[in-house]
Amino acid sequence: MAEAGTVTETHAARAHAAHHEASFWSKYVFSTDHKMIAMQYMFTGIVMALIGGYMSYVFRMQLAFPGESVPFYGVVTQGEYNSLVTNHGTIMIFWVAMPMLIAAFGNYLIPLMIGADDMVFPRINRLSYQIFLISAIVLIASFFVPGGGFGGAWTAYPPLSASAEYNLTPLGSTLWLVAVALEFVAFLLGGINFITTLMNSRAPGMKMHDIPMVLWMIVIASILFMASVGPLIAGAVMLFMDQVVGTGYFDPDRGGDPILWQHLFWFFGHPEVYVVLLPAMGIVADIIATFARKKLFNYKLILYTAFATGIISFFVWAHHQFVAGIDPRMANVFTITTLIISIPIAEMVFLYIATLYGGSIRLTTPMLWALAFIAEFIIGGITGIFLGASGSDIYFHDTYFVLAHFHYTFFPIAIIGFFAGVTYWFPKMFGKMMDERLGKIHFWGTIIAFNFIFIPLFVLGAAGQHRRIYNFQNFPDLAGLQDLRVLATSALLVMLLFQAVFLFNFVMSLIKGKPAGKNPWKANTLEWTTESPPPHGNWPEGLPNCYRGPYEYSVPGREEDYWPQNVPPDTAPAE
Amino acid sequence: MLQGIYDFIKGIFEPLGNYLIGSQVPVGSSFAGDIDALIALVAFLVGFWALLAYAAFFFLIFRYRERDGQRAKYVTGEEKNLKRWISYPHAAIIVCDLVIVFMAIMVWYDIKQRLPEADSTVRVVAQQWAWNFVHPGADNQLDTEDDINTFNELHVEQGKTYHYELISKDVLHDFSVPVFRLKQDAIPGRVLKGWFQPTKPGAYDIQCAEMCGIGHGIMGARIIVETPEEHAAWVSQNSTGKLASR
Repeated sequence: MAEAGTVTETHAARAHAAHHEASFWSKYVFSTDHKMIAMQYMFTGIVMALIGGYMSYVFRMQLAFPGESVPFYGVVTQGEYNSLVTNHGTIMIFWVAMPMLIAAFGNYLIPLMIGADDMVFPRINRLSYQIFLISAIVLIASFFVPGGGFGGAWTAYPPLSASAEYNLTPLGSTLWLVAVALEFVAFLLGGINFITTLMNSRAPGMKMHDIPMVLWMIVIASILFMASVGPLIAGAVMLFMDQVVGTGYFDPDRGGDPILWQHLFWFFGHPEVYVVLLPAMGIVADIIATFARKKLFNYKLILYTAFATGIISFFVWAHHQFVAGIDPRMANVFTITTLIISIPIAEMVFLYIATLYGGSIRLTTPMLWALAFIAEFIIGGITGIFLGASGSDIYFHDTYFVLAHFHYTFFPIAIIGFFAGVTYWFPKMFGKMMDERLGKIHFWGTIIAFNFIFIPLFVLGAAGQHRRIYNFQNFPDLAGLQDLRVLATSALLVMLLFQAVFLFNFVMSLIKGKPAGKNPWKANTLEWTTESPPPHGNWPEGLPNCYRGPYEYSVPGREEDYWPQNVPPDTAPAE
Repeated sequence: MLQGIYDFIKGIFEPLGNYLIGSQVPVGSSFAGDIDALIALVAFLVGFWALLAYAAFFFLIFRYRERDGQRAKYVTGEEKNLKRWISYPHAAIIVCDLVIVFMAIMVWYDIKQRLPEADSTVRVVAQQWAWNFVHPGADNQLDTEDDINTFNELHVEQGKTYHYELISKDVLHDFSVPVFRLKQDAIPGRVLKGWFQPTKPGAYDIQCAEMCGIGHGIMGARIIVETPEEHAAWVSQNSTGKLASR
């Protein structure tokens, strides 16, 4: 970057300080490089996703063929069934959605997209991953202790979770709680880093409205997480004391209140939905802009809807507790706030759809994933209205309708969002292109199968089938709906098999993929201006400057249909 | 006035509610039809918006697919004539939300917030992992000599308004009767009161709807809705105060 002015020289000098050859241990295991930490988070997340997916395979097989021995598992007992559904939920939210969307993409993209050489606190970053890894190990260890893993649902409502006398998993429930608390610590450390880095290390010239949407979303998500997790950590400490020391915070016989835990949990738990939703929305925004060759439709309004959603998400938590024994008048307040939150989210989706208007849309694999995110998330969004409206929630609460609803939000978030991001940034991460044909086979196999899993579950929920039931043959009114359960399980098997295509494509592209070059998608944001993969320090020749917003595609009067952020005005685009 | 508006909207959506939910799960209580109609109203409104969004979505993908020599338009989305496409739906969604809030609160108030006069009271005692029911017996009073205690089987009379007293002995449970569209958590240390009025004779599932430990998956019971004559016969048969039926 010959044009680096006086401001960038100090900026660039810092980049060189950290740039040196490293041994295997300091390069791959104890690295402070944000890209390596991102990879560690991503691969840990993939491993945990495989474990969580295996769990869903086991309990879906039990539901479709109750009592029969499940291949690669054996006979599922009631206690094991409870433990599998509990840990499937816990893993997919805390050890898959959060590390892959926030930690992996946040760590990888924030410095690269703002033109910095690393995070501002690289050692805190490393500590964050190490604590996260320990939390994952503690959670996995909890399956193998005497009594087995915790089976009291991922919401861990006391008194069941607080007392071994009731849950019969004295060690499993405590280890589960410790693992979740450690995971929170890891993400608090990560969140501090993300917010500080975005605010302080942007390339010279990058104003607030020049920040790529995905970074805004990750940082808003980090703020939401940090603001909401405090009460739950306090609750987790109290629950731990109830379990281990024998206090009675949640024990009604000793003046405690089990409902208190539900408030603390959901005060965190509902913002948490948006903590993972927003980064996925951000990934989708960047991909849609790139492949529609369009500016995002009203960047500022998208940003404001994200802020509005984040703020309102702190006032909706008790819609999870309509029938939990809270004062019935409270339900009226929370019905109103819950329906209010539908407004900014619907608007955000409209803005994404409007971005397609006037575009020149290329249906590459990442674009297919991004569009599928919108299409599937709409179903997740609209079915939430049934549950936010107190009257209809009386019937739908804790049925498979709820289950199908939140899988239509969390699957697009955690799985579709991840695949969108990884297929889009794979060339940058590894310097190779992924195979498009295998990518599309994987896409269609996953998306079609996904709908065949969860649409039957909506029908079952509407028929009154409740969640977390080990064998529906015990309920005469529900026993006749077995065909739908078999259909959902069969679709799950198909979907899981198609993931082999992705893993194969991933490995083969690493080995034999075509070289990607710096900017294979002709995108504008700064990460595409460095080598693929970026070297330690990201831009060894000097950090870039920023001259314009991230979505200046198809600007009239220019020869190229893209205009990278680092290109000074009145010069031709690089390459 | 409010009730009039409510009844009017409910009347419109009752057939659709009956089709969506009532055709699968019998409409077994006085308020089940209200919930079905509310579900139908929400389904209609959100279905309309979803179809509109999908139509625009797929149309735009098809219309603006990549074509040789065609460049994308350069628009910021802040132009007045384009912003309408967002602000009009925005306003319309607020109106839909208001309708849903109104209907939801009316249904909720009727089922959960008010407590109509009861003809009789039953006590529902949940424990890991079974249901105990206390019926008032011939004198229609709980905690008297002739109470009828049953295990995993609740007997009620068609057309009577019941209060229930929901108690848990250990952890959280949830008394859920899908045909009544009724659901209420049981909390240890509290007595939760509510009401229902069965309308359709028959035997239906009671499920525990809150994770309550290893046996949660088998914690079912049956509710037997009887005609007045059948119920009277059942009461006189079991009025000895001993543990009856099963």
